[in-house]
Amino acid sequence: MNKLTSRIDKERLLLGIAAPLLAIVAALVITALVILATGKNPGPAFSDMLNYGFASDSQVYILNKATTYYLAGVSVAIGFRMNLFNIGVDGQYRLAAFFAAVLGGALTLPGWLSVLLILICAMATGAVWAAIAGVLKVTRGVSEVISTIMLNSIATAVIAYLLQPGKLAQLQQGGTVVATKPLPSASHFFNIDTGPSGELWGFIVIAALVGIAYWFVLGRTRFGYDLRTVGQSESAAAASGVSVKKMVATSMIISGAVAGLIGMPTLLNDSYQYSADFPTGIGFTGIAIALLGRNNPIGIALGALLWGFLERTTNHLEFQGYDKEILGVIQGVIVLCVVIAYEVVRRYGLKRQQQRVGAELAAQVAAAPMKKQEVA
Amino acid sequence: MSKGTVHALCGENGAGKSTLMKILYGMQQPDEGTITIDGEQAVLHNPADAIARGIGMVHQHFMLADNLTVLENVVLGAEKLYGIGGKARAKIKEISDAYGLNVRPDVLVEELGVADRQRVEILKVLYRGARTLILDEPTAVLVPQEVDALFDNLRELKAEGLTVIFISHKLGEVLSVADEITVIRRGTTVGTAEPASTTPRQLAEMMVGSELPTPVTEESTVTDVPMLTIEGLHLAQTDLDGIERVVLDEISFTIHKGEILGIAGVEGNGQSELVEAIMGMRHPDAGTITLDGTDISQSATRDRREAGIGYIPEDRHRHGLLLEAPLWENRILGHVTEKPNSRGALLDTKGARADTERIVRSYDVRTPGIDVTAASLSGGNQQKLIVGREMSHDPKLLIAAHPTRGVDVGAQAAIWDHIREARREGLAVLLISADLDELIGLSDTLRVMYRGRLVADADPATITPEELGSAMTGAATGHLEHAEDDAR
Repeated sequence: MNKLTSRIDKERLLLGIAAPLLAIVAALVITALVILATGKNPGPAFSDMLNYGFASDSQVYILNKATTYYLAGVSVAIGFRMNLFNIGVDGQYRLAAFFAAVLGGALTLPGWLSVLLILICAMATGAVWAAIAGVLKVTRGVSEVISTIMLNSIATAVIAYLLQPGKLAQLQQGGTVVATKPLPSASHFFNIDTGPSGELWGFIVIAALVGIAYWFVLGRTRFGYDLRTVGQSESAAAASGVSVKKMVATSMIISGAVAGLIGMPTLLNDSYQYSADFPTGIGFTGIAIALLGRNNPIGIALGALLWGFLERTTNHLEFQGYDKEILGVIQGVIVLCVVIAYEVVRRYGLKRQQQRVGAELAAQVAAAPMKKQEVA
Repeated sequence: MSKGTVHALCGENGAGKSTLMKILYGMQQPDEGTITIDGEQAVLHNPADAIARGIGMVHQHFMLADNLTVLENVVLGAEKLYGIGGKARAKIKEISDAYGLNVRPDVLVEELGVADRQRVEILKVLYRGARTLILDEPTAVLVPQEVDALFDNLRELKAEGLTVIFISHKLGEVLSVADEITVIRRGTTVGTAEPASTTPRQLAEMMVGSELPTPVTEESTVTDVPMLTIEGLHLAQTDLDGIERVVLDEISFTIHKGEILGIAGVEGNGQSELVEAIMGMRHPDAGTITLDGTDISQSATRDRREAGIGYIPEDRHRHGLLLEAPLWENRILGHVTEKPNSRGALLDTKGARADTERIVRSYDVRTPGIDVTAASLSGGNQQKLIVGREMSHDPKLLIAAHPTRGVDVGAQAAIWDHIREARREGLAVLLISADLDELIGLSDTLRVMYRGRLVADADPATITPEELGSAMTGAATGHLEHAEDDAR
C-alpha cells in the first residue's frame, strides 16, 4: 500500500514538473519560428542567450532582478491560493515604495531602525491599498479584479501628484530629475560584494525569508489551512467553520503587505530614492511568475529566475542584430502555454489518479477470494 | 437484455454500476470488451454516439434550466430534430400521450415538482429518439406515491417496446418493477435474478456477499436531558424577483440525550435551511438554538462545531469535502482547531495522518492510501470518511443529512451501527433522510416537514412509509395515527 502511495506522489511530482517544462519547450519552438519569420537564424540566438546568461556578472544581475520578481510572485500567489485575483499588486507596490521612500528620506534615525521603519511603512501602505479592494469585495460584492485595476490607476495618479517639487519630491541632479529626498547612506540595505561581477543585493535574504514564511504559514498552520480551504471550496469552508468574508479580507491584506515589499530591493539596494523612472509593471510580471511557479514557493523562485534570465539575455541579443522585442514574445508565449499546459496536466492527473485507485481496489478484490479459500 | 423489458442493475457502491453506465453512455471508454446494440457491435466515443444509437440517460441530478418552459427545455440542444415551434410541440404532445407522461409543454420548469421534472427528463430523452433508457437512481428523490406513478410510466414505456435500464439501491422497488435483475459486485457480474422468485433479502445478500442489516432500533436510550432545543426558528428569503418566501416557519423541537429525531419530507421543504441554521451557516430572523444548556443562536459555525456538533452534510461535494485535496487534509476539514489535527496555531500533520489511517481502517474506507485525492474515491467511500471524521470528535449532537445516501448496503449497516452506538452513549441525533425505511428504523421520534413547517409527528414504532408519504405531500397533518396531544 505504501509503495503505491509513494508512486502516486512521484507521479504527481513528475506531472507538476511536466507542465512548466512543456510550456517552456513550446515557447522556445514558437520563438524560434518567430525569429525565423524575421529572416534570422534562431540557433545562434539561443546559444548566445545561454552563454551570456551564465556569465558571472549576468548571474548577479539575474539574482537581483529575481529578488524583486520573487516578492511579486509570492504576493500574487497568496491571492491565487484564495481564488482571488489581485491585479492590484502593481499599484500597491508603487504606492508603498513611494511612501517608504518619502519616509526614508525624512528619517535621521540609526540605520537598522530606519530600515525597519521603511519596511513597515511599505508593508502597511500596500496592505491598506489592498484592503480597500478586500473590504469592497466582502461588504459590497465588488469584484477584486475590477477594483484593483481601478486602484492601480488611482495609485498612478496619486504618485504623479505627490511626486512634484514642493509636494513630497524635490529637484535633483542639477534640476533634471524629480525624486524623493534620497535615503541617508545609513539607511541603505547591505550588499554582498562579488568582486568584478557586481554587487548582489542583500534583500535577497528577505525574499528568501518571505518564501519560507509563505510555505510555512500556508502548509503548516491552521490559518493557512483555512485559507487554502476557502480557495478550494468556499461552501465547504463555510460549513467547516471558516468565516469566508473575514478570510477574503485578511488574505487580500496579506497579499498587499507582501506587495509592499516588492519595491524595497530597488529602493534600499539600488536607487535609494523614488523618481519617475522607478520600475513599473512588476505587479503584472508577478502574475505571470505566480502562474509559472504554480503558487509553489520553489516554483515561484524558478519562475522569477527564468524571468530575470530572459530579460538579461534578450537585452544582449540586440547587440547581436536580433530584435529585442523577442523578449515580449517569449514571455507572452510562456505564460499562455503555462496556463494551457497546467489545465491539461491537472485534468490528466486527476483522471489518472481515479484510474489508479480503481485499479488498486480491483487488485485487492482479485486477491480477496484467494484469502477466503485459505480460510475455508 | 432484451427489448421491451425493464432491466435492473444493483450493486454496492463502488461496485461499478456508474462506470458501466458511463461506458454505455459513451462518457468513458472500456479497456476491453464489446457492446452490442441490435445485433450490431457499437463503439461509443461520446454521448452523441450513444444518443445516435438510441441510448438515453436520465441523470440522478436533473439537468434542466429552471427559467425555461418544459418545451424549451426539451428542445434545447435538439433544435435540429423538429425545430422549436409547432412541430416540436406536437411531437412532445405525441410522446407525452403515448407513454402517459402528462407533460404540459408551456409550464416553467421552476414551477414543477420533483416528480414532474423527472418526467420532463424522460421526455427529453425520448424526444431525441432513445429506444434504451438508463435511469440512474430515479426514485431517490421521490415519495412512495410518486414512485408508483413513475413505475406506471416505466411499464408504459416497456409496453411500447422500449428498454429501460434501472439503477437503484432500493431493493423492494427493483423487485416490483424489473423483469430481470443483474447484480454486480466490485466490478464483475455476480449473478442475475428473477424478481418473481427472489426476496429483497436474497438480493441484498447477493450484492454484499454476506448477511444483510436492517435499521432496527433496539431498546430506547432516550433520556430526559435536553441536548438541542430549537424554539420559534423563522427564516425568510427574498428571491431574485424580490418576493419574500418563508423558508422556515415557527420551527420548535427538542432532542434529548440519546435520542434520534427523524425529519421526513420531500426535499426542498426547508430541511437544508434548517440544518444550515443550526450549523450557523444561515442566520435565522427569529428563534433560539440551545445546545446542552448554552444558547448558541449567535455563535459562529466554528464555535458551534467546537461545542460538539458533528455534521454529515447532504451534499458532500459542496459542504463535506475538498475534492482536490488528499484524504488526510479532508480529515482536518471542519476540525482544524481540534486534536489530533493541530497543536496551538500549528497543524499536526503527523497526528492527522495517523488518525486518517485509523478512520480508513475502522470505517472500511476503500482506498489505496491517504494521499489520494478525495475525488478519486467512490461516493460511498467518501461518505464513510466523512462519517468517520465527524464521529471521531465525540459529538454531543450529530446532524446527519442523508447519512447513507449513495452508500452501499454493507456500509449503510456500518454507518447505522456507528450512529446507534454513539446514541447509547448519549449522542443526540437530528436525522434527515429521504429513505423512509431508514427514518422509521432509526428514529425515536419522527416529524414531517412541509413547506418550512413541521406539520406532523409520528411514532416510528407504528407508522408505515405510505402514511408518512402522504404527510410529506401535505395531505395529512397533526399527529399521525394516534390521537394524542400535538407536541407542537
